[in-house]
Amino acid sequence: MKEISCKLLVIGAGPGGYVCAIRAGQLGVDTVIVEAGRPGGTCLNVGCIPSKALIHAAEEFEKVAHMAGGKSPLGISVGAPTLDLTKAVAWKDSIVSRLNSGVAGLLKKAKVKTVHGWATFRDGKTVEVETETGTQVIRAEAVVIATGSAPVELPFLPFGGPVISSTEALALSEVPKRLAVVGGGYIGLELGIAFAKMGAEVTVVEALPRVLAQYDAELTRPVVKRLAELGIEVMLGAKAKGLSTKGDALLVETADGKNSKLAADKILVTVGRKPVTEGWGLEQIDLDMVGKFIRIDDQCRSSMRGIFAIGDVTGEPMLAHRAMAQGEMVAEVVAGQKRSWDKRAIPAVCFTDPELLTAGLSPEEAKALGGEIKIGLFPFAANGRAMTKLGEDGFVRVVARADNHLVLGIQAVGQGVSELSTAFGLALEMGARLEDIAGTIHAHPTQGEGFQEAALKALGHALHI
Amino acid sequence: MGEHIIKLPDVGEGVAEAELVEWHVKVGDLVREDTVLAAVMTDKATVEIPSPVDGEILWLGAEIGDTVAIGSPIVRLKVAGEGNVKPESSPAAETIKVEPPAKLATPKPEAATPAQKASPAAGEAKARPAPSPASPKSTTRSTVSGAPRAEGEKPLASPAIRLRAREAGIDLRQVAGSGPAGRISHEDIEAFLARGPQVARISGLARNDAVEDIKVIGLRRKIAEKMTLAKSRIPHITYVEEIDVTALEDLRAALNKEKRADRPKLTLLPFLMRAMVKSIADQPNLNALFDDEGGIIHQHGGVHIGIAAQTPSGLVVPVVKHAEARDIWECAAELNRLAEAAKSGTATRDELSGSTITITSLGAMGGVATTPVINHPEVAIIGVNKMMVRPVWDGTQFIPRKMMNLSSSFDHRVIDGWDAAVFVQRIKTLLETPALIFVD
Repeated sequence: MKEISCKLLVIGAGPGGYVCAIRAGQLGVDTVIVEAGRPGGTCLNVGCIPSKALIHAAEEFEKVAHMAGGKSPLGISVGAPTLDLTKAVAWKDSIVSRLNSGVAGLLKKAKVKTVHGWATFRDGKTVEVETETGTQVIRAEAVVIATGSAPVELPFLPFGGPVISSTEALALSEVPKRLAVVGGGYIGLELGIAFAKMGAEVTVVEALPRVLAQYDAELTRPVVKRLAELGIEVMLGAKAKGLSTKGDALLVETADGKNSKLAADKILVTVGRKPVTEGWGLEQIDLDMVGKFIRIDDQCRSSMRGIFAIGDVTGEPMLAHRAMAQGEMVAEVVAGQKRSWDKRAIPAVCFTDPELLTAGLSPEEAKALGGEIKIGLFPFAANGRAMTKLGEDGFVRVVARADNHLVLGIQAVGQGVSELSTAFGLALEMGARLEDIAGTIHAHPTQGEGFQEAALKALGHALHI
Repeated sequence: MGEHIIKLPDVGEGVAEAELVEWHVKVGDLVREDTVLAAVMTDKATVEIPSPVDGEILWLGAEIGDTVAIGSPIVRLKVAGEGNVKPESSPAAETIKVEPPAKLATPKPEAATPAQKASPAAGEAKARPAPSPASPKSTTRSTVSGAPRAEGEKPLASPAIRLRAREAGIDLRQVAGSGPAGRISHEDIEAFLARGPQVARISGLARNDAVEDIKVIGLRRKIAEKMTLAKSRIPHITYVEEIDVTALEDLRAALNKEKRADRPKLTLLPFLMRAMVKSIADQPNLNALFDDEGGIIHQHGGVHIGIAAQTPSGLVVPVVKHAEARDIWECAAELNRLAEAAKSGTATRDELSGSTITITSLGAMGGVATTPVINHPEVAIIGVNKMMVRPVWDGTQFIPRKMMNLSSSFDHRVIDGWDAAVFVQRIKTLLETPALIFVD
């Protein structure tokens, strides 16, 4: 097969890789992208998008089920609902398919050549791709490694049979009667809550003393409360030990050191994700690493000249929008523009019920900087729109410097707060002070008013509390 | 209890004023008789001022760097007994400072301009490093509400402004923000671009716009004045010649081998000094001081050779007096003694003045050629460059020889190029055939 020579080669068409390729194409850079699976990566195929589809289906089902119980304060009563998970999954798959072809179309429009197959480095400038029709050699002036990440497997609980990762959980044909979730992080809770809403008996096994340990306890309290309402059992300080011999239960060592058996039809292991650094010839190019991740500088350059790395393979936070921003920047760097990483905030959303949103520094992180800080917290219980949505649990919290009122971080927990991420991100990126947020008119009645009120609260003159 | 005023004593013959270079005491200190209070510097020497009495320091009459007239009060002491002054007299009124002390109270923002470098205000800025008024950061302080950006903090600017800066090659850390909390606006960037150098920076290497004002005082000031005088008044002619010092080095090694208590170890300089003495015998016009204002050349009989020496505080020139009357070992001994005194700072004013011709040598750092600056009002200076083994063509082949250059400057107003060349050639002949140095 004839060799391909190009200016830029992107390995992996996840959110980081395809954005990089599209932007490079826009800038007239001769670009090739290699992907073994369908375009869109984890995010589009087995992550963000499908999980949100499933979570939405579960939410709708739970709402109706709640109404059928005759307890809805809205006065709606319906018959008991049923769920055809196969159909819901098919609907989800159709969304994924549309987005797959959308990404492929965008790449084509940007004149990016897509090569399907598994890429392996031969040297720093040359990659071999195993395609259906043979080995394709690609030479490039610049290479972007965007190989992403994969679920971590526990050695004593390997994937297979009843033990599943998030990928399989998004493609089940029926709701498991009893679901054990190993790992109470955001993926485990998002999916655990969804399955509980669809009728599964869910138990979360978490080794740490609390769930969602990366967030502060004040922020996660409404989520923990909701877990109890949904009947999700949470075993804290408990360690998963393996599968029972029959394969119908999870062996657990509880916090007080006792061994117990947790009967389960499916065991979902969500103990984190690891960078994909194997199978594509990293050993051929010998890059500097930081732990398991590829070391990069503020232009996403690796230790080898001409090789960039973006996204999950470069470290935390493993978020699609971080990878996209990196990809865009690298494309511009390759096109000869002066760019480097200068972002102030990468907002993060956790689609639990209620949703969690963080941007910038938590109160603890802000305190650790040494200066005095101000915190303003406004509860949704005092927000009209939240009340009319039956979403009074939660709050918006603003963290700012006491001396010049510069906003350092913003967090929120509550129904639908994920959409506030745009405002939070913009405020931090623009270098807003408390007065800037307080001085911006926020439309009434919206949950966003809570953001303005939190800033006012930090300034000492909140109006509605 | 009474007060005792110490006036600046006469620190040298013909000296009318001296520069205060160091205070050893501060107000409130208790001092004993003979405690050193201060150091002042005259044309050449630094003199320590001891306390004549016991007492407590009440007042210091000058800032470091001030030029103080002989007889001016410099210290007031509280002493037991009557003292030497009536209590009601104001010592400040008696101060005869060359520069008005009023400047002390009002340090102006333009203190950093060269015109005011010598003012006491600038001296104060150096002693207690304060934010320089010229730095961009401080100009924003008045307009910022809340604390300004501290060192090492991320600059506060929107993504659009960061992009603008990136494309213009500006490091935003260098830009002062005029907005709230020090936020950088588009106007701030444009102002910075209009003001700053237009060269795009290579990222990673930070530009340093700091300016430190260092007051030129003491020896450094003397050197500066002297060099200005020499270079602005004397049209220099510099002549460089190479000397084959192989024979001289052999002789020197042989002489040094035979150790005798009365004979110090010889360096190359005593040979050069003796060679100069012999050359000056033929050309006495090289050993002279030129009073250009009076239009008189003082041609000296005695050859007083100044030896430029680097000391921890700067360049000084101890003088070997009457080299014509000293043999090679006496020259060496005197040289050693003076070098020691200059290094330890104990050389007297006498030992540091009165030269009629000068040698400058940087030893191993001597380089290939230099352009020595004449020690005004002398008319000649001999510069010694580094000795090194160089290949020399002897007519049939290259042979390794120990070679050394002499770079010598002359006052072209009174020394013609021809005379300069003859002088150096004579020294060359003497050094290349060192036996001639010992033949009278």
